[in-house]
Amino acid sequence: MNGIVKRFPGVVANDGVNFEARAGEVHALLGENGAGKSTLSNVLTGLYRPDEGTVSLNDEIVHFDSPRIALERGIGMVHQHFRLVNSFTVAENIILGERSSSLFMDTSAAVERISALATQYGIAVDPSARIWQLSVGEQQRVEILKALYHGAKVLILDEPTAVLTPQEADSLFRVLRSMVAEGRTVIFISHKLDEVMAVADRITVLRAGKTVSTIECATTTTRDLARLMVGRDVVFNRVIRANHAEPNNIVLQVSNIDATDDRGGQALKSISLTVGKSEIVAIAGVAGNGQRELAEVIGGMRPSTRGTIAVNNEVVPNGRVRKAMTAGVSHVPEDRLHTGLVADHSVEDNLILKSYRGAPISKMSVLRRRVIRAQAKETIEKYDVKTPDTITPIRLLSGGNVQKVLLAREFDSLPSVMVVSSPTRGLDVGAIENVRKRLVDAADSGVGVLLISEDLEEIFALADRILVMYEGSIVGNIPAAEANRESIGLLMGGGSLSAENN
Amino acid sequence: MQSPLRLERRLTQPKWLNWGVPLLSLLGALILGGIVLFATGKNPISVYARIVERGFASTDAFSRTLISATPFAFTGLAASVAFRMGLINIGGEGQLYLGTIGAAFAGIAFQDQPTAVIIATMIIFGMLFGGAWAAIVGILKAKFSTNEIITSLMLNYVAAIFLDYLIFNSSSYWRDPKSYGFPTGKRLIKNAYWNDISIGSIEIPFGFVVAVVAAVIVWFLYNRTRFGYEVGVIASSPNAARYAGIRARWKIITVMALSGALAGLGGASDVGDFRHVLDAKGVQISGYGYTGIVVAALARLNPLSAIFVAVFLGGLSNAGYALQGPDFPSGLVGTLQGLILFTAVAGEILTRYRIKRQNTIADGVIV
Repeated sequence: MNGIVKRFPGVVANDGVNFEARAGEVHALLGENGAGKSTLSNVLTGLYRPDEGTVSLNDEIVHFDSPRIALERGIGMVHQHFRLVNSFTVAENIILGERSSSLFMDTSAAVERISALATQYGIAVDPSARIWQLSVGEQQRVEILKALYHGAKVLILDEPTAVLTPQEADSLFRVLRSMVAEGRTVIFISHKLDEVMAVADRITVLRAGKTVSTIECATTTTRDLARLMVGRDVVFNRVIRANHAEPNNIVLQVSNIDATDDRGGQALKSISLTVGKSEIVAIAGVAGNGQRELAEVIGGMRPSTRGTIAVNNEVVPNGRVRKAMTAGVSHVPEDRLHTGLVADHSVEDNLILKSYRGAPISKMSVLRRRVIRAQAKETIEKYDVKTPDTITPIRLLSGGNVQKVLLAREFDSLPSVMVVSSPTRGLDVGAIENVRKRLVDAADSGVGVLLISEDLEEIFALADRILVMYEGSIVGNIPAAEANRESIGLLMGGGSLSAENN
Repeated sequence: MQSPLRLERRLTQPKWLNWGVPLLSLLGALILGGIVLFATGKNPISVYARIVERGFASTDAFSRTLISATPFAFTGLAASVAFRMGLINIGGEGQLYLGTIGAAFAGIAFQDQPTAVIIATMIIFGMLFGGAWAAIVGILKAKFSTNEIITSLMLNYVAAIFLDYLIFNSSSYWRDPKSYGFPTGKRLIKNAYWNDISIGSIEIPFGFVVAVVAAVIVWFLYNRTRFGYEVGVIASSPNAARYAGIRARWKIITVMALSGALAGLGGASDVGDFRHVLDAKGVQISGYGYTGIVVAALARLNPLSAIFVAVFLGGLSNAGYALQGPDFPSGLVGTLQGLILFTAVAGEILTRYRIKRQNTIADGVIV
């Protein structure tokens, strides 16, 4: 790809990008959110047309009008959001869109080919299973199989590990390695330094729509890559805290909580924990072990079936969001744009989502627009939110700015306790730094923070104390100073520390 | 060969689209309608000229247009109110029938009172009856998650049968005991008539004024109050509503009742302004409730625009009555109205996508 330029109204997403990938390599495309990675891959697969520049395949200039034509020429893509029909089987999804001369689909031949491909690349998936029965990781494997089935020589994966557990990511990397061993090319889009280092042969770094550099993985370090990606040194070390945590001055007490998940199964089994004033307590664990349910129970969104929750030594009524809010609980959900915020609503309307009920935002049930706008402007200034104005729909903001708006609203509600779920997931390095600093500031000002995260690096950077959740129970409670990655990782995987000692 | 045009998703929706797209749609409808008219041997220009003349051009024609527009305005408002929360209330028809029943009851029962009291009670009873009828749908949805499209539609038929029963199949309070040959309702006394308001030589039905006031109240409610804010959150993101502690159940019932009350108000205006009697057959033939859905769609759920759209559609149907005759089948007017709706829905796409000329090979191979 040579000198690719793609403009959108008001932004140049790609500004003369050069990129080449060889047969038989995993080539990572690294960059912050908004660096132009996704745009570049969409140009490559024919979803967008570049305003300038050329794409060549095997030294021949090509011209893709649609992803379908790109796939016919051997370029397949696995998107972040899968394009699968939930009620169809794996095999049906894979052969979907295949032009067939007969009226009836011959699935049996397809199933055989799919099974053969699956064994060849070590992709474990049942061709007759229906998509809705599969986990996210398995669905991703179906997408990869689909591309292979249609003869993809070049496979592009857009942030493939964002939805995977660490174990699933490892098995994905193995599949990718076996594909390049066969002479295929994998283009791996990511902003996670560690996994890029783990899987790539070469790395092209994009910054602000331009190619910064292409380097051999073997000749670089994580630190160098981070510098190339953000244009300056970024240090993710343990953050220095001004105040000392007061674990005995309890602000949140969760006692013997049981709760069910959306399907009625037991998600939480007798959970008890405390968070002290100015303390950051982290909950480590692989996603799906009850973390979301726990956050929802504390936030009042999900009623518990047993046990109590107390804030500042007062019991909060069960399953009542507004009671939890007035008691001083702030909840920053994992799904920012569709739970914590209303994606289609403006920045200013989102900032009042929790305060619209009373003064000064509303008076006699009437919203005071002038006050709302003035406060929104203040907040945008104070938290450095990048938005053209206060009436821009929040979905048009970048991920980092979306999270800034959400956190700004929650901090300004002056909570005693904050339950924060995966606060930096999907954010770029600069935004991660900002969010972490804000959380630390909150803790320093006296807020008890319950940080739910899968990112061990984040947990080690922020937490005073680490709890580990596994299958709905707390299986470990370790002061951060005494914890190490190995022991936490073992507990997250369901192992026990005493067993290790034996 | 590929098409030289392609659709590209708009990242933002510029403000001019709000009026630009409807105007463009209307123009498209006129052109398509012109082709139909031309094919049937009419001169499109002269037909359009006559529509404008008979619908809007003279004060007399405009007064008649406002009469046709009044019920459309109410049912259009009713549909907008529900659609704004994502509740597809297509029961405006039945809710309007109940409104006529309530208003006729009040008009008969309170006929000894001063005119202002009679009109006020007619409005209140019309709204109560229509609102309660729609609340049934809301309660079913809130409690049992039933599909409001089906229940509201089914209740239209129930309402129609009930209306027939009151006039034709029973000696109800509403039926005029002196009508034997063809049963009719009791006529209201003159004192209960809603008088027109004259501005110059234009006669404005009192109900139309009520509709404008209702539109302003609805606009304020949805754009400036806590209630409207909560409805907006529930409509856009049920998860966020749950997260913010906004209870959707009560809102579903309240909004349905409000929607039904507006349709019922239309029924009250139908009795008070125009028919002055519970006219079971007349009100059913008109199909005001279904037209309200069209009004709401064309107005893009904006209550203030709904008034203008109602006047426009009112003018069209008014002109339709005037045009129709041996040389001009009534179906042609319906065709024109249908084309306008069709292009309006098609125009919706333009608010979300833009048309872009794509670079052809002749511009050089640039990909």
